[in-house]
Amino acid sequence: MSAQETAVRPMRIVVCIKQVPKAQELQVDPATQTLKRVGVPSEINPPDANALELALTLKERHAAEVVVLSMGPTSFDESLERAVAMGADRAVLLTDRILGGSDTVPTAYALSETIQKIGGYDLILCGEETTDASTGHVGPGIAGHLDLPQITYVSDIRIVDGKVRARRTAEDGTEYWETALPTLCTVNFGCNKPRSPTLTGKIRVKRGGVLVHWSCAEVGIDPKKVGLFNSPTIVAKVDTVKLPPRAGRIFTGEPKEAVRALLEALLRDRVIAP
Amino acid sequence: MIRRSLLFGPLFRDGKRENVERFDAIVVGAGPAGSAAALTLARKGFSTLLVERGRVPGAKGMFGGRVYAWALQDLLPEWAKDCPVERYVVRENLAFLTEDSSLGVSFESPKLTQGRTASFTALRSAFDSWLAKKAQDVGAMLVTGIRVDDLWREGGRVRGVTVAPNDRVAADLVVIAEGAASVLVRAAALRTDLEPREVSVGVKETIELPAETIQERFGLGQKEGAAFVFAGQASLGLRGGGFLYTNRATISLGLVVSAEDLARKKIEVAELQTKFRTHPAVQRMIRGGKILEYSAHLVPELGASMAPRLWGDGVLVAGDAAGFLINNGYTFRGVDLAIASGIAAGEAAEYARAAGGMTASNLAAYDRFLRARNVLTDLERFRLAPLFLKNERLFGMYPRMLMEIAERLYTVDGSGKDRLLSIVLDEASSADIPKWKLLLDLLQGARSM
Repeated sequence: MSAQETAVRPMRIVVCIKQVPKAQELQVDPATQTLKRVGVPSEINPPDANALELALTLKERHAAEVVVLSMGPTSFDESLERAVAMGADRAVLLTDRILGGSDTVPTAYALSETIQKIGGYDLILCGEETTDASTGHVGPGIAGHLDLPQITYVSDIRIVDGKVRARRTAEDGTEYWETALPTLCTVNFGCNKPRSPTLTGKIRVKRGGVLVHWSCAEVGIDPKKVGLFNSPTIVAKVDTVKLPPRAGRIFTGEPKEAVRALLEALLRDRVIAP
Repeated sequence: MIRRSLLFGPLFRDGKRENVERFDAIVVGAGPAGSAAALTLARKGFSTLLVERGRVPGAKGMFGGRVYAWALQDLLPEWAKDCPVERYVVRENLAFLTEDSSLGVSFESPKLTQGRTASFTALRSAFDSWLAKKAQDVGAMLVTGIRVDDLWREGGRVRGVTVAPNDRVAADLVVIAEGAASVLVRAAALRTDLEPREVSVGVKETIELPAETIQERFGLGQKEGAAFVFAGQASLGLRGGGFLYTNRATISLGLVVSAEDLARKKIEVAELQTKFRTHPAVQRMIRGGKILEYSAHLVPELGASMAPRLWGDGVLVAGDAAGFLINNGYTFRGVDLAIASGIAAGEAAEYARAAGGMTASNLAAYDRFLRARNVLTDLERFRLAPLFLKNERLFGMYPRMLMEIAERLYTVDGSGKDRLLSIVLDEASSADIPKWKLLLDLLQGARSM
């Protein structure tokens, strides 16, 4: 998109968010070995909240429009409404029974179709991964479907002359990348502090008209490409790690000697490597 | 559910992003006063926003647990249909406590349970949510989880509320109903900071007991309840008193004690509550119960003479924030006055709208509407009560004296009995109270109550 076009309408940022069980309350159903999702308090997937915060910062700087998008059951309204109350302009929920059981492959496809229906996007932001599945597939998957450049693990973004300048956190340092709009970035968990909902934002939610539900048919999603049976992932087995009981040994004596004894014990039990 | 098509919705309303939301009226605080005000305003055609800082109405609030129904009857004649009543109070009790004894009077009358003169026990979370829902039902918008820190003021008049510099909402009228510790009353320059002598500290424990146990123990039917007010040792002789209300399957047990006395005597209110809870007479009533919840709260003890100014340009104050609370020694009244003042605030707004706007001079009609509902009149009638209740003899010496009299009247050891009057005078002189003081206290008590 050229700088000229940006001047005639506000830049549009689409933020993809997921609603997840609150991390502190995560429980695995011992019978089914899957995450308990019913009756557990939910929140916006924390890295997605960081992506949203980054989008809202850009909105303030560039008078951008922020659209939040999610895919899931209508209980996800809670998180989408929270996003609008925080300052997003509007929200879209892709919700359809036939999407049930989709893994990251159909999800990336379905979201990319929905983003195309929203249209006019300049920047797509996703969290780096979700706290309930931790694959980090969906953001890059959307970029693939939409044939967009992507920058992953981004902690800050500047828009200069219609281009994105992103700070990317790599394992051995920080990288700076620049690419033309439109583009997709996945955002680092914890790179900013998501703001609280505002009174004005909550009033906008109450007044209504800020959230729509779309079905697969409305978006034009191919039913043969989504759902459990079109998801290549097979969960063969889930193990819950049993924590070993604490030894409860206390090392006494001279600090130097006590630390030496502790280290020897840790080495012997292979808690640490030599 | 599709709420509105995106294609026809306000896609780009954000060209004017800084658009400020506005209402005819904003009510701060979804307690009894705030919800009653919002309900009345919405009924009268005001677009009304009700803002609550708790996650749900009642989440941050606290009250003793008893509601006198008359004001609710005025607000919602059909209240009894779905109001979350715990129990209707059929028996009133007043008890004086010493270290290990108790002397009480008990009152039962059909009047306690009929129509306007009825009272009932309630739990704050259920009651407040119910009342806020009633306000929503007639069109008020309820927003929870938002703490309003400041008023939006311009040129001396209130223009709305300020949550953050870029989060302001405009209104012609703001009704402050955020309780005793109101920061907005100060922001509106209607009052200076509260002094310790102007407030009491209320503490309350909710104690779980099976409904059947409560009914059996207190001699009550299924929907019947009992209310107790305790004086004397309940507060270790500090100014104040204790209360106990029976709910359906819990008991509300608490104290209201002068903050000034607590500070002066360096007593922790939690310690006081423990002493009160473990008093034999109290223990008997709550035996076997499990403490579910402990809460503490400021209670205004201003009396009408020290209340804040109740109106200004674009602003009214209602409920506890206005100091509308009566503690005359035998009843603690707050919720009824809160609801009545909320109604009066709505009526004052209607009057001001017809008179040309929400100016201080138009809103001064609030005074008239408060009087019509007996809020100010009752406060003035009992304005001497706080003074009388400051009399420490009332909480320390007299209960002890009464108890010793009772002890001498009711304990039979075969040593011969004195006549009642000589016992009373004997006790008075041994308690070091001059007879003229006894007489004066009696007179003062009669006047203030």
